[in-house]
Amino acid sequence: MTEQPKAGEYDPNAVRKSMSVKAPIEIAWRVFTEKMGTWWPLAHYKIGKANAVDAVLEPRVGGRWYERGEDGSTCDWGRVRVWEPNSRLVLTWDIDANWQFDPKLNTEIEVRFIADGKDATRVELEHRRLDRYGENRDKMRRVFDTEGDWGKLLEMFAKAAAA
Amino acid sequence: MTYEDRVLNALGDRTRRTVFARLRGGARSVNELAEGLKVSRPAVSQHLRVLRAARLVTYRSEGTRRLYAVDRRGIETLRDWLDGFWDQTLAAFRDAAEREAAKERKS
Repeated sequence: MTEQPKAGEYDPNAVRKSMSVKAPIEIAWRVFTEKMGTWWPLAHYKIGKANAVDAVLEPRVGGRWYERGEDGSTCDWGRVRVWEPNSRLVLTWDIDANWQFDPKLNTEIEVRFIADGKDATRVELEHRRLDRYGENRDKMRRVFDTEGDWGKLLEMFAKAAAA
Repeated sequence: MTYEDRVLNALGDRTRRTVFARLRGGARSVNELAEGLKVSRPAVSQHLRVLRAARLVTYRSEGTRRLYAVDRRGIETLRDWLDGFWDQTLAAFRDAAEREAAKERKS
């Protein structure tokens, strides 16, 4: 088994995020899985030609993960690999570097829900196997994370400040 | 110039950073902003124009004077540009989950 990089350490093949949500774990799970269309930034992050109006996760292993357009069309994003209610979710993310569905891409997203008392939930997300993007890996990692843009910002800022 | 260039150019000047920082305390007139600075009032107006072009600052008219303030929409755009995909997406999820939790607490 390969050694897992520690949190906060740079991993070229994965992006890790975590946050605390002021909601009981059941609600956090439900909003994430059943009500994705209410919060997913569909205006920015969708792949179909039609305006997307919903993001849907079929609640079972092997279920589809897709967006629904206002014209009723659907575009797949990935599949459900692990479905453990109120605890853990693993999805494939099969959207390639050109924002097109590629069922063979299979990058993986794991979301863990950890109760923090009865009114709060720690949500940890890992988007891994970014090596599946091949030569586009670093570019896509920057899209998913922020680091690249921060680096670029600081660099440009230093230039502007020095001018 | 791209949006990024405008923002960075706007904040790349010390006086403009000072003016922008003063707006954190709330809306200010040009005179208030110019107070204590080593530059003239017209120069401050010029700096405000640059900040406005970068959508960092906005103004409203109150009677005969203009009150300048931080442009929240512009800051949102800046945040979108800085944050990666997952930061934005998870922040949106958190807001939705917390709204739902608040709604259920009430009912």
